[in-house]
Amino acid sequence: MTKGEIVLGCLAPHPPHLVYAENPDANEPISEGGWEALRWGYARLARKLKTIDYDAMVILTPHWQTYIGTHFLGCDAFKSLSVDPIFPNLFRYHYDLKVDVELSEKMREVAEESGIITKMMRNPDFRVDYGTITSCHLLNPDWDKPVVTISSNRNRHYYSVEVMNEQAIALGKACRKAIEESGKKVVLIASHSLSHRHFTTEAPLPEDMSREHIYNHSQYVWDMKVIDLMRQGKMQEFIDLMPEFTEQTIAETEGGGLTWMMGAMGMPDFPAEIYGYQSVIGTGNVVACWDPNDETRELVL
Amino acid sequence: MSEEEDPVLFGLYVPPHPHPLLAPDQNKGWGELRAAYDECRRRIEESEADIIIVYSTTWPSIVGHQFQVQPEPEWVHVDDDFHFLGSMPYKFKMDVEFGEGYRDAAEARGLHARTVAYHGFPIDTGSVVALSLLNPDNRIPACIVSSNMYGNRSETIVLGKAARDALKAQGKKAVIVAVSSLSNRMFTKHVEPEDDRIHSAKDEEWNRKILEFFADGRLEDLSQLSRDIHGQIRVQKVVAYKPAWWMAATMGQHNNYDGEVLAYAALHGSGGAVIQLTPSKGSFGDKEFDEDDVEYYRGDRNVLDSGAGDMDAPGGVDGPLDEAERSEEGWRNPIEVVDDLYDEYGSAMISQAGGALGAAAGAAIAGPVGGMAGNIVAKKTVGKWMNKDGAIVAENAPGAVGAYPHARRMGNLLFISGVGPRSPVDNSIPGGPIEDEDGNPLEYDIKAQTEACIENIRIILEACEADLNDVIDVTTFLVDMKRDFKGYNEIYANHFEEIQATRTTLAIQALPTPIAVEMKVIAKAP
Repeated sequence: MTKGEIVLGCLAPHPPHLVYAENPDANEPISEGGWEALRWGYARLARKLKTIDYDAMVILTPHWQTYIGTHFLGCDAFKSLSVDPIFPNLFRYHYDLKVDVELSEKMREVAEESGIITKMMRNPDFRVDYGTITSCHLLNPDWDKPVVTISSNRNRHYYSVEVMNEQAIALGKACRKAIEESGKKVVLIASHSLSHRHFTTEAPLPEDMSREHIYNHSQYVWDMKVIDLMRQGKMQEFIDLMPEFTEQTIAETEGGGLTWMMGAMGMPDFPAEIYGYQSVIGTGNVVACWDPNDETRELVL
Repeated sequence: MSEEEDPVLFGLYVPPHPHPLLAPDQNKGWGELRAAYDECRRRIEESEADIIIVYSTTWPSIVGHQFQVQPEPEWVHVDDDFHFLGSMPYKFKMDVEFGEGYRDAAEARGLHARTVAYHGFPIDTGSVVALSLLNPDNRIPACIVSSNMYGNRSETIVLGKAARDALKAQGKKAVIVAVSSLSNRMFTKHVEPEDDRIHSAKDEEWNRKILEFFADGRLEDLSQLSRDIHGQIRVQKVVAYKPAWWMAATMGQHNNYDGEVLAYAALHGSGGAVIQLTPSKGSFGDKEFDEDDVEYYRGDRNVLDSGAGDMDAPGGVDGPLDEAERSEEGWRNPIEVVDDLYDEYGSAMISQAGGALGAAAGAAIAGPVGGMAGNIVAKKTVGKWMNKDGAIVAENAPGAVGAYPHARRMGNLLFISGVGPRSPVDNSIPGGPIEDEDGNPLEYDIKAQTEACIENIRIILEACEADLNDVIDVTTFLVDMKRDFKGYNEIYANHFEEIQATRTTLAIQALPTPIAVEMKVIAKAP
């Protein structure tokens, strides 16, 4: 069997606003647009994905929070309505997705062998989290590739960001090994923003872009700092900085997504492709990817 | 309903975990919680309640508070963690009129509030469990209110008072339900049902104490203790322990209740309890409360980063800098500023330093990113560095015996407080104390004491990112010059002969602890 590989790693934030702004048929609310810098960046990354040969998307999302180990989706398909509990006015999305259960089980098996506490999620009534739905929709609106969602183990709430970092790296390495053994070509997705200070109020018209800005300047400074590290291919440095970054920006990185992905990709020392940066209800979001293929890697922004 | 009549018939405190609903037979404690839930269901049925109001800590909101007003929300819910226990189909009946009235009352008290009425809205596990068990036939309509993730005491208390406002305005009587664990530390690995227990002895002790307060009807006292409870037995998230705030505010903020703990058991390590509080004429009586009451919520207080919202801090986020705030160097790339902060203070400081340093760092940077510098360092209250030009506390040095820091930086100089030979590990005196507790003289080794003294200076200098080679001037105090000078001088020479710092050695009558030598130095700052 051919050795499997990670063909791309994407940092894909999941503000439901982006789906809302796009007005896809699958989403019930209707908007007048908004957040174009991110959406256009996403569109360009989605076009790149169309040029890549891959078998499945594996996504780690902070909105499937588990406290008892790391869980993996374990049913063949899920079809339901995803309603964002924070922004139900923006996101009520009818999804119909396939799961690569074989790959999911393989990753779970290798992770378990590595000493990571794991569980397969076999309940067919389970509702897939909106982070998975949003990121996958924006990267692959055709939904023509199977997905595996990995839960975000919130050990950070029990231990520390440093411990979470170590566990996420270990999980990433286990997933890489499983992917290689599976013989499949896989796109990894870390589904989260950068700085994550939210406004606690919402404009009457959510897509009113005159009201949109980063929560405060310190969040912007941190975002620029870490994006600069991404551009320079200094991901080990960023991951080392992650505990401070997470603390200071209340970031969703605490869920381990980017750390997991970087662990799986061996801490890339090549530049990330940056597709766009913009705030959404005060949070800082960047659409980026790491392409391990020297021939297809681009300097985007 | 008369003006004085309490609109809350009784309050319940119940756990959010699905085990009593889905697996009561798998563990004795889970079964007891289920039986207690069932007993509460019977009491609600026998009551004259018009509505059940549920405040669930497992429904976090960010944009203000949300109120469920879908008339008959229906779904099949599955818990994120305990999906293997089974699905939870539900169909509830909401009191839409009350939900909207509660929202209006919340807004009238300054809260950001909105109703949600969407098919498929994900009602949280805690609300599903509580309403499924307490009101399975929808005999009484319900209202569910979210728990704002960033909300703290004032916001939550105002939310509770708004519930009373809405009840009084609509002339309704309520049973209120706070859905929350006591201790919420769960096991991070799978455990068999028969092995379930409270996560730790410490959590167990605190839970028992809280149950004692509940049993005594001391709800307002629990409300006052919420921050302590959060610190002791709640995992450290950004959210505070809020249910007692809401429950106390909704029930009138006093300690006059008949309390009854119907069940208490472990739920995958966390503390689950079913408790009833019924207003009574007296029980523990009124108390003097420590914290101010609040009637109106006056907006976002930037609870998570106090530095960011400091309008008075140089370079704060209030807008463009005025002339006095501008650096002579002009605008600086923010990325460089973060780098400089790390270079200057080190990562330990960045993550540990206190709020005072935030303002200082902001002032030191004095540019458009000054507010950011303040924000970076305003997170916690105890740290190694207290100020760049100011006091420095060395974590690894023996503790001070008075109100002074180990060192203080001023410009290019470090002033080190007098330090003796006490061990930073256990406070013992290397070479032995010079006298016993009754003041009787003891034999001691001045060389060992001098060596330890110099080692402590080295530790303090290290905390200042300096070392012995930076020492400029030394002052030594000996309690017995005649006996000890020779030995002290020999050890001193071992360390300082090549450094060639200036030195003064004084004989003094005594030192505050039973030591023979103390030294203070002035050193060059890094």
